[in-house]
Amino acid sequence: MIAGLGLLVGIILGLILQPDVPLWLEPYLPIAVVAALDAVFGALRAFLDGIFDDKVFVISFISNVLIAALIVYLGDKLGVGGQLSTGVIVVLGIRIFSNVAAIRRHIFHA
Amino acid sequence: MSEEEPTGRQRLWAALRRPGSRGQITAAVLLAVVGFASVVQVRATEADDVYAGMRQEDMLQLLNSLAAASERTENQIAELEDTRSSLRNNTEARQAALEEARRKADVLGILAGTLPAVGPGVVVTVKDPQGAVGVDQLLNGVEELRDAGAEAIEVNDTVRVVAQTAFKDGDTGIVVGEQPLAPPYTIEAIGDPHTLTTGLNFHGGFVDLIEGEAVGGDVVIKQASTVEIASTREPESARYSEPVEDE
Repeated sequence: MIAGLGLLVGIILGLILQPDVPLWLEPYLPIAVVAALDAVFGALRAFLDGIFDDKVFVISFISNVLIAALIVYLGDKLGVGGQLSTGVIVVLGIRIFSNVAAIRRHIFHA
Repeated sequence: MSEEEPTGRQRLWAALRRPGSRGQITAAVLLAVVGFASVVQVRATEADDVYAGMRQEDMLQLLNSLAAASERTENQIAELEDTRSSLRNNTEARQAALEEARRKADVLGILAGTLPAVGPGVVVTVKDPQGAVGVDQLLNGVEELRDAGAEAIEVNDTVRVVAQTAFKDGDTGIVVGEQPLAPPYTIEAIGDPHTLTTGLNFHGGFVDLIEGEAVGGDVVIKQASTVEIASTREPESARYSEPVEDE
């Protein structure tokens, strides 16, 4: 319940404050958000599996975000930023889909 | 659904019902971060996605049209600047012409007697105890002054002497330009004071004539650095003569 409230609080804060994305963060934020979503869905699946560990969640969340940002940075430096970003999004998307499928099986038994 | 091992659905229900564990608080913090970042990113994307969905060819075309537009605008700027500079030149030329015309009007106004004048010159006072000073003598004096380069002449502070001014004998003295005057006569003239004085003083000239035995008058010539000639006359438009147009 508190977790749901946290999500709500974050969204409301974002709507109220309406901060501008700083320029240096602009290329990394979209990928970081997708990576964080992957970590969140992974955590939800682990929770439903009964193997949720908050330490693992925190570490996977942070490392996901950092690695995503690092890949984008490296891609920009190598001149293949767009392709690498697409690759990261595809991989994370696949992971999110499989996690959501597992969550669905848990909740709906289907 | 064994009793020791709750299903995922049961765990979720349990978590939603009781607020609780450290794990939930951690998850809440991270979810807040995710929610915040998502909203910010969505807003940032909405803010500048005008060109985001366009294909490369479209963007190239857009860029080309923008370049063409900016070239056109630059041409327009150049044209307008040309126009401005030509207008400015025009204005300057007109200004110069106006200045010249004004200067000419001043000169002509002084010559024609339509403008009051001031400058160095002489004040000649002619006393006439015997009433013998007449048109001849005064006209002679005016001619001498003109000869010596007088630019503006005035008699008795009332009559401006110009080209058309006539001198006649009258009942009490002389009539200058329809204005009867009585002695003593004061002639004010603007010009080089020394030259004017010399012009009046030469042997057998104006002064000799007045002070001679036949007239018995008295002439006082005073040189002044400022002689004020305040009287003017209305210009008469020419009834018969017309200026000859230049070919």
